[in-house]
Amino acid sequence: MKKPIEKETRAYMTGNEVVAWAALAAQADIMYGYPITPQNEIMHYWTRLAPQFEREFLQTEDEASAGFTTLGGVMAGRRSFTGTSGPGHMIMQEAMCMAEMMRLPLVSIIQQRGGPSTATVIYSQQESTLACYGGNGEGFRVVYSTCNHQELFDYTIKAFNTAWKHFFPVFVLGDGYQAKMREPVTLYDPEARGVQMIPTKPLLGLPGTPGVDRDPAQLRNTYNTEEELFAVVEDLRKAYEEIVPQVAEYQTYDCDDCEYLIIAHGVVTRTAQEAVKNLRAKGIKAGHFRPVTLRPLAADALLPIACRAKKILVAESALGQVKRMITDGIYGCTTPIETLYKPGEGIYTEEIEAKVLAMAKGE
Amino acid sequence: MSESKVVKAVPKMPQSWRQETKAHKFCPGCGHGMILKALGEVVDELGIQDRLVFVCDIGCSLLAWDLFNADGVQTHHGRATPVATGLKRANPDLICIAYMGDGGGYAIGAQHLVNACVRNERITVLLANNTNYAMTGGQMAPTSLIGQKTETSPYGRDLAKQGSPMKGPEMVAAITGPGAYSARATVAKYKQMKSYIKKAVLNQMEGRGFSFVECLSACPTNWKTNAKQTWAFLEEQMGAEFPVGEKKGGDCNE
Repeated sequence: MKKPIEKETRAYMTGNEVVAWAALAAQADIMYGYPITPQNEIMHYWTRLAPQFEREFLQTEDEASAGFTTLGGVMAGRRSFTGTSGPGHMIMQEAMCMAEMMRLPLVSIIQQRGGPSTATVIYSQQESTLACYGGNGEGFRVVYSTCNHQELFDYTIKAFNTAWKHFFPVFVLGDGYQAKMREPVTLYDPEARGVQMIPTKPLLGLPGTPGVDRDPAQLRNTYNTEEELFAVVEDLRKAYEEIVPQVAEYQTYDCDDCEYLIIAHGVVTRTAQEAVKNLRAKGIKAGHFRPVTLRPLAADALLPIACRAKKILVAESALGQVKRMITDGIYGCTTPIETLYKPGEGIYTEEIEAKVLAMAKGE
Repeated sequence: MSESKVVKAVPKMPQSWRQETKAHKFCPGCGHGMILKALGEVVDELGIQDRLVFVCDIGCSLLAWDLFNADGVQTHHGRATPVATGLKRANPDLICIAYMGDGGGYAIGAQHLVNACVRNERITVLLANNTNYAMTGGQMAPTSLIGQKTETSPYGRDLAKQGSPMKGPEMVAAITGPGAYSARATVAKYKQMKSYIKKAVLNQMEGRGFSFVECLSACPTNWKTNAKQTWAFLEEQMGAEFPVGEKKGGDCNE
């Protein structure tokens, strides 16, 4: 069968279309999904493209079903994924929590919209806590926060490999801006760039007759005693902590000598880095640290940079969801932290710049 | 009595049952054991142990999670249907059986059951109807009879306030497309129940459509009944409310 992307192609498309192409390029077998804005066009493009490459799609009755059918897909050993947003993301957390408990390689693309509740269909960074710590669990997940279309492409591909390598649920956290706007992007076949897709394997329906050739594969999430559960969660914790050094990602921008450290993730990265440029031109030694994985957080990398700085600014289109993770991650660092929170609203370069200038003046 | 005669008197366990997890975990007098024995014999007769994926809902049905020598998975309450759907869509060679109670199928998982029917998913849903939420201690279920006393209807289910018992197989028959199979069986008629379960599984194997069997089941623990009362409630009261028989496919005229 022909490959979806034979040679590197420069394209100009929306983020949702980029995700569909990335999932094709990553050899995803099946998508399960339910309509919600601003995620819909992932399904729109997938349903148009998938039959051309013998891939499957199921439109479910709700996000609970989308989550649990995706889990069925991965248990059958197929590279499966789903996408959602906002209230749908809340509903889907039930399945994500089961994936966390049973170490199922669930991949979901989250295009964040405004919250709480139905709120807006536009944009926010208000689903970080939900993606990282949703459900009645302990946050055994990997959450990538992308900042542009190229990253949506790269990290959607990477999400499948992280999931099937480490067997924890993986989230690609985009947002309504990234989902809906058009931007240049380079589409490529991962194998042509030396990125091998990690093979999938069935967790149920294994070869041979259970009880004759092998023990049955019977996957559990229910336990009888406190001690039994504690042992299971300890195993999860240890397995998760082992992958942290391999999985945690971050980006630094002018951090080496920076006195004013801006911490921002996702699409706010763009305005933060623009602000750093402008501030440097004005003689202010600003820098930007960007957690690429919100979970696990690259706290070891952040701590020395944060301690060296005079002041820290956390800029976020939410009321401190990621800031809480940061203060927890750099516990012991005494650098004062200021905040620029705009829940559900975009953050402009000028706003960050003005805030840092005021901080530098000691206002 | 010679020893060989004693051994002969022990009922045969289905080949597909997992010996080391027996005796099963259900209460004495519970109907689940009989439903699962019938399923086990069907699996043996059809020779599908190596293709079966047994998907358990939460509630008493979860106690069946390691009952078979077959691959299986525990899910969440109400979510056995979508997990089985996801498995079957991803690998149609599997034979996916979602096993649940009346709460899992008709209340918390009702939207999944309805839409699996509408899409005519090629899976089999086996549902035990014992007119209450048994694992959680005997609360009112969608299937509780009018006047039935439960922990959350201590004065009896009131038609005006709590509605009437859910008729699952009739609903499934009404909303599925051609090729679907729907029946109501009872543990009181074992051979008939087994024949319905067999037809349901065959329906999936032949890729005809959604297949569904509700099995009227007994719950003496929560009904607080002795053997005689249990049987009377199952056969007389439940039998009068829930007509046993095939509702679609099989021997009925579609």
